[in-house]
Amino acid sequence: MAQNDRPGRGSRAALLVLPATLWYVGFLVAPLIVLAIMSVGVRSPNGGYQPALTLEQFANLTTRITPLTNTLGLAALNTFICLLVAFPVAYTLALKVRGNWKLVLVALVVIPFWTSFLIRTYAWMTLLGANGVPRILGWVGFEDVQLLNTPFAVSLGIVYNYLPLMVLPIFVSLERLDRSFMEASRDLGAGPVATIRQIVLPLAAPGILSGIVLVFIPIMGEYLIPILLGGGKTYFLGNALADLFLQSRNWPFGSALATLFVIGMVVLVAGYLALSRRLVRAGRESSLL
Amino acid sequence: MASPAHASGGPRRDGLPASETGGTDIRAGRRAARLERIGERTAWIYTGLVFGFLFLPILIVVIYSFNAGRHVTELTGFSTQWYTIAWSDRFLMNALRNSLTIATTTAVLATVMGTASALAMDRLSPRLRWLMELLTYVAIIVPGIVIGIATLIFLVTAFDWLNPWLAYLAGVDAPHLGLGAASVVAAHTLFTMAIVNVLVRTRMRGMDRNLVEASEDLFATPWRTFVQVTFPQLLPAIMAGALLAFTFSFDDFIIAFFTSGQDQTVPIYLFASIRRGVNPSVNAIATVLLGVTIMAIVLAGLVYRRGQRRGGAGAQG
Repeated sequence: MAQNDRPGRGSRAALLVLPATLWYVGFLVAPLIVLAIMSVGVRSPNGGYQPALTLEQFANLTTRITPLTNTLGLAALNTFICLLVAFPVAYTLALKVRGNWKLVLVALVVIPFWTSFLIRTYAWMTLLGANGVPRILGWVGFEDVQLLNTPFAVSLGIVYNYLPLMVLPIFVSLERLDRSFMEASRDLGAGPVATIRQIVLPLAAPGILSGIVLVFIPIMGEYLIPILLGGGKTYFLGNALADLFLQSRNWPFGSALATLFVIGMVVLVAGYLALSRRLVRAGRESSLL
Repeated sequence: MASPAHASGGPRRDGLPASETGGTDIRAGRRAARLERIGERTAWIYTGLVFGFLFLPILIVVIYSFNAGRHVTELTGFSTQWYTIAWSDRFLMNALRNSLTIATTTAVLATVMGTASALAMDRLSPRLRWLMELLTYVAIIVPGIVIGIATLIFLVTAFDWLNPWLAYLAGVDAPHLGLGAASVVAAHTLFTMAIVNVLVRTRMRGMDRNLVEASEDLFATPWRTFVQVTFPQLLPAIMAGALLAFTFSFDDFIIAFFTSGQDQTVPIYLFASIRRGVNPSVNAIATVLLGVTIMAIVLAGLVYRRGQRRGGAGAQG
C-alpha cells in the first residue's frame, strides 16, 4: 500500500475517472431518470408525454400481462433451443478435438459473429424465401412450404446469431474438465449417457448458466430478427418498445415497460451472479471428493 | 483395470476365470464401446453440420455478389456490376462515411476513457469504487434498445429545453441542437467504454505488481512508470477493447436507429434497402465488409500475439 502515501495520488485517480463518470451520468443515469419520470406520466392527446404523477402505466402493464408473459416464454424457449444446439458443439470442441485444431475451430465459431448482423439475417431471408429452400423442397415433393415469416424462421435466426454466445462459455467450462473424471466414471461401469449426466453436466453448469444469461438478455430485446424473418408476426419486448415509441407514440406506457425491462434484467443478472458463485463453490467441493 | 469398457472382446488380462457374470460383462463392455464409437461419430457429424449451418449464408452472400443476374433465383454468370453500382451509390457512400466517423470516434473515446477509469479505479475509496463498478455493469446490462430509446427521449427533451435558450442568448444564428452522428457516438461510447473498462481491469488483475513497485523504487515518475511498465502489459487488452468498440459501433443497428436523426449509417441503409426489396448490391457491400472484417481479425490476432510475446518477455526481463 506504499502507493497511497504519495501525495496527489487520490486527486489524480479522481481526475482519471472523471470523464467516464461524467459520461455515465450524462448518458446513462440521466436518460434512465427521464425514462422513470415519464413512466409515471400520461400520454398527451397527440402522442408523446404529458407530466403527471400516476401509476396508471404500471397498472396498464398488469392488464396487458398476457403478451408480456408470451414474450418471456418465447425468449425462454428460444434460449433453450439455442442451448440444445450449442451444447454438443461445445462438448465436441472441448473434449474431442486436440491441439491447434481446437483454436482454429473455436475461431471458426466466432467469425460469423464478427460479420454484419443485418447481412447474416438478410442471407437467411434469401435462403428461406420462396426461391430458396422451399423451392428445393418442392423438387422432392413438398410443395408450398412456407419458411420465411414463420416462428420457425425466427428461431432459426436466433440460433444462428446467438450460437457463439452459447458455445463459448460452455466450451470454456468443459475445457477445464478433468479427463480423468470421465475415465473414472467409465471404469466404474457408467455408460456414456450416465457419464454425461453425472460428470459432464454438473461441471458444465456454470458455463451453461452464463450462456443462458448472455443469450436470453439480447433475445428479450430483439427487434430485427422478428421483423425480417418473422414478418412482424412474432413479437419480442424490443418490438413492443419500438412500436410504442415510434408508431403509437405512447411514451409513458413505453417508458413503464422499458423501466420494468431494465429492473428485470438487473434482477436477473444479480441472481445469476449469486447462483454462479454457488455453482462454482459446489463444483470445487465436488472436485475435492 | 478390468473395466467393462476396456475389455473390448479380448481375453481378460487379469487371468481370472470368466464366471457366469464375466460373459455378460464382456458383452456389456462391447456394447458400451460400440455405443461410445457411434456417439463419437455422431458428435463429429453433428458439429460438421453446425459449421455448415454457420457458414452457408455467408457463402451464399459472397456467391450472389458476383452473380450477373438481378434475381437471386439462378446464377447467370460472373459479373462485378453490383460492386460498381454499390460504389456509385451516393447514399451508401454517405452512410459509409458516417459509420466510419462514428465508429472511429467511439473507439477512441471508449478506449481512452475506459482505460483511464480502469487504471484509477483501484485507487478510489471503496464506496466510490463500488459506485463505478455498479455504473459499469448497469451500462453493460441495459439492453441496446432501452439505451437507444432512453437516449432519444432524454436528448429530445433536453434539446427542446435548450434550443429556445440558445436562440435567446445568441440570436438568429444560434446553433440548433438536434439528433445526429454525435448522439450516436454518445450512446455507443457509453456501452463500449464499460466493456473496455472490464477488459483492462481483468488484465490488470493478472499483471505483475512487482514491476510497478520496482519502477517506483527506482524513482521513475508515475507517468514514466505508466509508459514503460504498465502500458506495454495492458496493450493487448486495450487493443482488444478498441477493436470491440469499433466493431460494435460499426455493426450496431438498434441504438443508431433511435438516435441518429437524419444521419444514416451503413446498418440503417442496409435495413432500409432490405425492406424495399431485392437489391443485389447489398450482397456486394456485405462481401466487402466481410473481407475487411476478416482482415481486421487476422491483423488483431497478429498484434495480440506480438503484444503477448513482448509482454511476456518484458515480465521476464
